[in-house]
Amino acid sequence: MVENITWSRRTFIAFNYTFLIGLALLCLLPLVHVLAVSLSSSGAATAGLVKLWPVDFTWKSYEFALSKPEFLRSFVVSLQRVALGTMVNMTLAILIAYPLSKETSVFRLRTFYAWYFVITILFHGGLIPWYMTIKWTGLLGSMWALILPGAVPVFNVILLLNFFRGLPRELEESALVDGAGQWTTLWKIFVPLSLPALATIGLFTVVGHWNSWFDGLILMKHPDQYPLQSYLQTVVIQGDTSLMGFDNIEDLALISERTARAAQIFIGALPILCVYPFLQRFFVSGIVLGSVKG
Amino acid sequence: MRRHKRISSLPFHLMILPGFILVALYSYGPIAGIVIAFQNFIPAKGLFGSEWIGLGNFEYMAGLSDTYAVVKNTVYIATMKIIAGQVAPIATALLLNEVRKAFVKRGIQTLIYLPHFLSWVILGGIMVDILSPSSGIVNALLRFVGLEPVDFLGNPRTFPFVLVISDVWKDFGFSTIVYLAALTSINPALYEAAAIDGAGRLKMTWHITLPGMLPIIILLATLNLGHILNAGFDQVFNLYSPQVYRTGDIIDTFVYRMGLIDAQYGLATAVGLFKSFVSLLLISASYALAYRFANYRIF
Repeated sequence: MVENITWSRRTFIAFNYTFLIGLALLCLLPLVHVLAVSLSSSGAATAGLVKLWPVDFTWKSYEFALSKPEFLRSFVVSLQRVALGTMVNMTLAILIAYPLSKETSVFRLRTFYAWYFVITILFHGGLIPWYMTIKWTGLLGSMWALILPGAVPVFNVILLLNFFRGLPRELEESALVDGAGQWTTLWKIFVPLSLPALATIGLFTVVGHWNSWFDGLILMKHPDQYPLQSYLQTVVIQGDTSLMGFDNIEDLALISERTARAAQIFIGALPILCVYPFLQRFFVSGIVLGSVKG
Repeated sequence: MRRHKRISSLPFHLMILPGFILVALYSYGPIAGIVIAFQNFIPAKGLFGSEWIGLGNFEYMAGLSDTYAVVKNTVYIATMKIIAGQVAPIATALLLNEVRKAFVKRGIQTLIYLPHFLSWVILGGIMVDILSPSSGIVNALLRFVGLEPVDFLGNPRTFPFVLVISDVWKDFGFSTIVYLAALTSINPALYEAAAIDGAGRLKMTWHITLPGMLPIIILLATLNLGHILNAGFDQVFNLYSPQVYRTGDIIDTFVYRMGLIDAQYGLATAVGLFKSFVSLLLISASYALAYRFANYRIF
């Protein structure tokens, strides 16, 4: 395509690049600012000297955050939750998506099961009955309360069943002719062929479990059992930052509630920032796969 | 002739069974639990021991002035979010489409997708820090240009706008993905033909790009109809405070406080049921519309 680069076109390009780069920076700068605050001394932060670069650089706020046993405990709870929750979610998603990807002629009750699961995204009982159900099934205060109620990820099941349907039928038929059962076909043919889709869904599941905070807040009986995000909610939002136990005068000059809060916010975001490059590689194809199918 | 071996569906049932049971317990269980809305529910007496009061909770809900304020806030905030949350990514996708240098485009995309993946606890913490009237950097900037500092999160007038802007900020980038995908499916021959006919870039955007995106725009707008009672619990819960309840309290936060803080289980369930029921109608209508006009099916 031959393009006539006119003056107005050039102005537009300059404006467009500036605007979009500004927009992109707007998404990053708040995080950079909080990082800078967390690495600055209390005095500099309070005086409003900190912009995007730490002033009077110090690690003290991080030392403080990491020295609190609650913090490390909740970090471990979060890791356990992510590992166990992702395993349960993915297993159930695969096991449900496979039969539902069959034609009604092969699996007669397919439509019934599909509606059975889809209804749950159309209608909820609401917060109170949900809470009471978990209470009555005896899960309050257990790790399972954070995993079993959301164990079936219906949206991911739909994504995955659409992916399964796109796989060549011949592979499955030849496996069945060779005497493989449904379990073998699923495990040896469908799962290996769906690894990109499974990786996408898996990463989203990991992020989802890592970011969940409300269920931990109301379903755990004791703050000791909180996952990291629930713990951060109580510290950062409700503001229980007690600097007690850190009453060394020298240290108090270096950390304040604000810098300590900033450090904890940043540590809470750090794991996401670490998996982000992998996420980004997968999610574009994954999202498009699910939302604009023909 | 050999008869085709009938495939047994037993393995299929077994595969679905664990998920079936969990959904029965934790999705259908709570749906059965909506009977609480018709009771003067006391946890110690249980579902069968509590007194049945018919529509009492609903009558009480209808008489409560808070209910109307909360519904109004929810619809107001959600509507603004839906509109801004669709306009911003469309505009961004159109502008990104004009960026020819691949690495610049990729870099911008990487940055604008990022906030989507952080929780509202983290983002709420960041908002509280940067918007603080005393030490926040936003107010420092306002003071620098000679304006009065604003208590963005504590003022009922500004609070809903903070919600809308920060919500768009979190998700506009991620939402561009779908629109950018729609752009790639537009036939390049159309642009070549338009160029030969002497159309400029603006004309091409208006007559080719936008019409090319229109189906997906209409589809997403229709599906958003179902979210009109979802003003974003996670966000509001982490940003609001009693001084902004007047404009910032939404149905979900109201239900949380009534139910889990004040222990008015029957009333909170009734309000929740009202929301679920209206949402069901809206979602069904939006899916029906989407199916009719865009031939969209979820499975």
